[in-house]
Amino acid sequence: MNNEALFRYLLRLGDDSLILGQRLGEWCGHGPILEEDIALTNIALDLIGQATSILNYAGEVEGKGRDGDKLAFLRFEHEYTNLLLLEQPNGDFGDTIMRQFLFDAFRKPLFEQLIHSGDKQLSAIAEKSLKETKYHLRHTSEWIIRLGDGTEESHQRIQKSLDNLWRYTDEIFMTDSVDEELTKNGILPDLSSIRSIWEETVKSVFAEATITIPTNNWKFEGGRRGRHSEHMGYILSDLQYMQRAYPNMEW
Amino acid sequence: MVTTDQIFQWLEEVSDPEVPVLSVIDLGVVRDVQIEGTKVFVTITPTYSGCPAMQVMEDDIRSKLQEKGISDIHINTTLSPAWTTDWLSEKGKFKLREYGIAPPVNEVDKSVLFAAPPIVACPKCQSQNTRMVSQFGSTACKAHYQCNECLEPFDYFKCLK
Repeated sequence: MNNEALFRYLLRLGDDSLILGQRLGEWCGHGPILEEDIALTNIALDLIGQATSILNYAGEVEGKGRDGDKLAFLRFEHEYTNLLLLEQPNGDFGDTIMRQFLFDAFRKPLFEQLIHSGDKQLSAIAEKSLKETKYHLRHTSEWIIRLGDGTEESHQRIQKSLDNLWRYTDEIFMTDSVDEELTKNGILPDLSSIRSIWEETVKSVFAEATITIPTNNWKFEGGRRGRHSEHMGYILSDLQYMQRAYPNMEW
Repeated sequence: MVTTDQIFQWLEEVSDPEVPVLSVIDLGVVRDVQIEGTKVFVTITPTYSGCPAMQVMEDDIRSKLQEKGISDIHINTTLSPAWTTDWLSEKGKFKLREYGIAPPVNEVDKSVLFAAPPIVACPKCQSQNTRMVSQFGSTACKAHYQCNECLEPFDYFKCLK
């Protein structure tokens, strides 16, 4: 088995959790109501915890002495391979919930399948993370329905959130030689089977929420290759500040 | 010669920093203790991936064992099998209720949308007429509830399976 492919896949998985967790952390103290402030930061904490496990393991697989912290704080922008969806700005509460929902609806079936991965540690991380992701998905699904099928104002705004974010969803399911090699070796499930589960989830929740999937076919991608949107640099300048300013500092 | 039973007994004295009424044994995070000569191996598992108390628990376990005269301590973390609230001891559940936190009850699968929240008895007045305020509470492992009878706001140690 080629460790390089596993390392690159773990970075993708870890960067997705890390960058979204960092984004959600920005809500701390700014939530629309206290309960949501706490909910968003709880979800952020779960994601940062998952990123820690995944990136620590990525460092082990790489075998060059980098641990999770080094990978999280000391790479350059083009070395991060998270989805573009996850680095998009928080916007209003609806934008944040929509971004989170589109991601949770993917993560849940992904972790369900990764439990059967031929890689023991990846399977253990998936088993742990799945329990948390179920809470997240229920929370965001309920908000999508509440906002979509709520007032005229909330309906129109959550529809706009979907219109803006839909173009980033194709990238979730794009595969390349990394995924293909790992699928061949029984480490990864076939992503196309996850796509159909994801589509079923989002369609049923959107139907309940009375919002519609945009027909615009323009799609963005590039995150998996380290090509990011203009927002990424600002996230990293926050995320990496302490380690860059005070190398090797610890709490 | 120290025994594993003795170690487990000592670890009863190490409390969860976020819910100090529970020991790390009550919480079920200590999964295994092994002794090889003078070496002591303790295996722990996190409640939630991002639980900020894990590092503190690890440090506390280490200093408790040092206090008891053990110097060669190896603590490692395992993720599988993943922690579940089923591992909370009966004694732990009782202590939680005494402390004002409702212990976990059996719940439906988290993925069911708009499922009625579980019926949780108020730890103060025991009424079952309570409501969930938010499924995310003051720490990752708790939800926020309020009693409709005595109006007590309380934490519910939510079910994780």
